Amino acid sequence: MDRIARFGRFWLNALERTGRAHLFLARMLGALPSLLVRFPLLVRQLYATGVMTLSIVLVSGLFVGMVLALQGFNLLEGFGAESALGQAVALTLVRELGPVVTGLLFAGRAGSAMTAEIGLMKATEQLSGLEMMAVDPFRRVYAPRFFAGFLALPMLAAMFSAVGVYGGYLVGVEVLGVDAGAYWANMQSSVAFMEDVGKGLIKACVFGFVVSWIAVFEGADCIPTSEGVSSATTRTVVYSSLAVLGLDFVLTAIMF
Amino acid sequence: MNSRAIEILVGIFMLLFLAAMLVLAMRVSNLTGIGSGAGYSLVAHYDNIGGLKEGAPVAASGVRVGQVESIAYIPDDYSARVSLRIDGEFEGAFPEDTTASIYTAGLLGEQYVGLEAGAEDDALADGDEITLTQSAIVLERLIGQVLFSQSGSQ
Repeated sequence: MDRIARFGRFWLNALERTGRAHLFLARMLGALPSLLVRFPLLVRQLYATGVMTLSIVLVSGLFVGMVLALQGFNLLEGFGAESALGQAVALTLVRELGPVVTGLLFAGRAGSAMTAEIGLMKATEQLSGLEMMAVDPFRRVYAPRFFAGFLALPMLAAMFSAVGVYGGYLVGVEVLGVDAGAYWANMQSSVAFMEDVGKGLIKACVFGFVVSWIAVFEGADCIPTSEGVSSATTRTVVYSSLAVLGLDFVLTAIMF
Repeated sequence: MNSRAIEILVGIFMLLFLAAMLVLAMRVSNLTGIGSGAGYSLVAHYDNIGGLKEGAPVAASGVRVGQVESIAYIPDDYSARVSLRIDGEFEGAFPEDTTASIYTAGLLGEQYVGLEAGAEDDALADGDEITLTQSAIVLERLIGQVLFSQSGSQ
């Protein structure tokens, strides 16, 4: 009997937490108009999420592009179709790896930082302090972080793909000797802007929304102790990564 | 870090994003031609277009001069109607007896429309139809013909 009760309590807790997360999201979205008035808050968070993640995203993009070119070249060479390398690299990056890898990196780099920061604010009672001064933490703390993350991820994904394509060029054309003209021309004739690049960016927007939501909610909902903050940060990374991978499958099935 | 430095860095971040989008639009996906209304359309009918797709290149002497704008099936004469968008700089460059054939680039490459200029003096204008066309070569049919002609000669 005890076990059944524990099982029931587990699900009730999970359900309650999900409900709380959605109410939290609704309040954050409600705080959007006030954010337009306090634009510097958003800029500061864009710096913390976007600019600080830029270096790791660019380096990963370059290396992912180079590896794609190496692997793709070995595979395509078997069919005598090395000239299709540009198309293979660009489609893989723009449709899949750009949004997904950026989403995972973003969860690890920016999402965890967001959770830890908000969690520590809660643990050191800064949030209560804000409320005491009649400052709404949704407008001042949560909403700027959430929207900055939502905006930054698609931008980072676009940069990841662009750098990756040049990484592929570096290895494919400069090192392995694929014809430069064939590399670009095959790419251009097979990648459609709205169909491939656009849908890749839609994916990145969805990932940005979900990752930022999870990160801010986990921070605000954590147990205000050092242990609670640390487990909330871990949960952010785990849940965000799983959400990115799961949603990627669903979005790919729907869109492509 | 003061807020001015942050603003500058965020500004650079935005510029990098715009540069990345520009690369994705122009270098990766060739988003030219959209918005530039210049150019004119020609129409060609084919019995069989093979694997021709919208957006496929139109080439003259191997040089890209435009792209396939739309493909439609016309039930009245059981043929495919292919609309070709030719770039504006080639206005009046193709005589009325130009041939439009569907070729394949390489063995496994994509299909494109090749234009071969004729000898007439009058040039094709916007909306004109190219009457001399040559359908795509379908490999199965070709193999079938070879087999048929061999069995016939024995």
